[in-house]
Amino acid sequence: MEPTPSQATAPRTARPYEAPAPVRRLPLPPLVAALTVALLGSVVCGVGLGSAGVSWSQVVHYLTAGVTGGTLPAEDSAGYTVVWELRFPRALLAAVVGAGLSAIGVAVQALVRNALADPFVLGISSGAAVGANAVLLFGAAGALGVWALSTSAFVCALLAMALVYAAARTAHGLTPLRLVLTGTAMYYGFSAVTTLMVFSADRGEAARSAVMWLLGSLSGAGWPSVPLAAAAVAAAVLYLRLAAGRLNALAMGDETAAALGVDAGRLRRELFLVVAAVAGAVVAVSGAIGFVGLLVPHVTRMLVGADHRRVIAVAPLLGAVLLVWADVLSRVLIAPVELPVGAITAVLGVPGFVLLMRRNGYSFGGGV
Amino acid sequence: MRVDIDGLAVEVAGRRLIHEVTLRAAEGQLIGLIGPNGSGKSTLLRCVYRALRPAGGTVRLDGADLHAMDAREGARLLAALPQEGQATFDFTVAEIVAMGRLPHQRGSGRASAADEEICARALARVGAGHLAHRGFPGLSGGEKQRVLIARALAQQPRVLVLDEPTNHLDIAQQLEVLALVRDSRLTVLAALHDLNLAAQHCDALYVLDGGRIVASGAPHEVLTAELLAEVFGVRAHRVRHPETGAVQLLFDRLPQRTDTPEAAPPDTPEAAPPGAPDGDGPPPPGPDGAADSPSLPSPR
Repeated sequence: MEPTPSQATAPRTARPYEAPAPVRRLPLPPLVAALTVALLGSVVCGVGLGSAGVSWSQVVHYLTAGVTGGTLPAEDSAGYTVVWELRFPRALLAAVVGAGLSAIGVAVQALVRNALADPFVLGISSGAAVGANAVLLFGAAGALGVWALSTSAFVCALLAMALVYAAARTAHGLTPLRLVLTGTAMYYGFSAVTTLMVFSADRGEAARSAVMWLLGSLSGAGWPSVPLAAAAVAAAVLYLRLAAGRLNALAMGDETAAALGVDAGRLRRELFLVVAAVAGAVVAVSGAIGFVGLLVPHVTRMLVGADHRRVIAVAPLLGAVLLVWADVLSRVLIAPVELPVGAITAVLGVPGFVLLMRRNGYSFGGGV
Repeated sequence: MRVDIDGLAVEVAGRRLIHEVTLRAAEGQLIGLIGPNGSGKSTLLRCVYRALRPAGGTVRLDGADLHAMDAREGARLLAALPQEGQATFDFTVAEIVAMGRLPHQRGSGRASAADEEICARALARVGAGHLAHRGFPGLSGGEKQRVLIARALAQQPRVLVLDEPTNHLDIAQQLEVLALVRDSRLTVLAALHDLNLAAQHCDALYVLDGGRIVASGAPHEVLTAELLAEVFGVRAHRVRHPETGAVQLLFDRLPQRTDTPEAAPPDTPEAAPPGAPDGDGPPPPGPDGAADSPSLPSPR
């Protein structure tokens, strides 16, 4: 019964518990290529599908003409306007908004280190809603003309973020829990203001468009909305790709991040700024489209794992494809009535999400 | 690599938690940091791996001031295992270990073939090569700790800082972790709860109490019955390990409370169950705030 000392330090690898199965991950280059092709196809389909009948050959023809700057006969002008002035910018904007919401969904989950966070957990969307509704219901900022709605929404989104930042900030910088709590509290505060505004406005149609805006809609899309949102989203995706290694470290905790040479406080401030700018830009043109920013990061992690270098490469593409199709459905399902696209993303997303989750043994970082 | 800590002071939320700590670790030494909960072990180590900035004093690696270095440069010299061992997302073991290469990578952090080779070797070295493609959250405590050590080794540091590396591990895993650390031949600073493990494995011990070093030296010199009564509030009997000859301790409660304030620190260790997270996390009661210790009820 004398224990030998060598036994004590021998590695004990055989342990009486069920070892987790190896995790399968999709290879990245083919997936990114497939998603890129799918996105291009989706945009073309998004342009082709709609209540006004335009044939597919005409769609391709108009798109080619629009891109290359060719000339068209006069009888095509109505169809061309539908395709080039309405549907194409709208499909592009759907892709941009989907990509942006997905990218900042990833960013915000890393920022507050919480798998349940979505881009609007920081109170941005409800802040923007206050600004948008001031315009929709009371005609505020009328001097800005067609830009009034998006400008007012953008400014109010940034104001809301500044308020959240100021309230959540402590001597230690931004701590995840305080951010989530402050953001959630602000969310309810701004929502209450919006509700009061909707109920005190006596214009029924305006109240309807205010609700539509709260649920998110791309119905106001046109070329003027695209460039700024696209630039903000592209810059954010590029930044997040460069910061991906640091995001991984941050996900392990501030102290581990510090030990890996990452300044967690600085990274959080950068992320906050990126999330605020993109959320503001996106919400200004499309309202608060829910669920994409929560769903897509998780689906992406189920497919390619949690490494942010992979997640950031895939999530924007996936979000873009999802939102292009959600927008198509919102237009055609009970045409000519348009449904809020946010409701469609949830209807599409929830079943797929639950299915993937049950098949995959995905644990949301929670262990089991 | 030599580590010299001189006159180090650390403040958290305006309270000075570490006072004038001076500590020396020669190349390849394993230095143990012991002290009751709230004595400042974690705070001191956090400052050493740069999660906190010093309010005064220096940490020097072979003479170079660590806090004057670029963060990435510092992380190439010194790696750490903080107490937090939870990932927010479902990383695989390989992905966790790959994070160790971060301070060596530029820009986008693309892993080179050399990086992957280094990570694979680090995993193999801790005997966890077979776990590479497993999910980290599903591992046992001992496996997790080995993987985190592999991440630290993949950092290719010269100094390793460990904050209670044996917490929540069974005894075989505890011995295994310390053996791995020893075998790394790095200069190691480790906060340890288990005084017998510390006595057995460390080249020198530093005893922290109320944020100050109250004793230091070889384990058999430091771990005296008087010191253990004064700092830890326990009655200790020293015995010799029959094989290694290292000093080992058997503990009892002190027979009666000594009511002088300096001999009875407010946060006597029995108040916390063994294996509970070190109370160092939120600012512990200041060393002089003997009256208010709401988080740790007085045991007697």
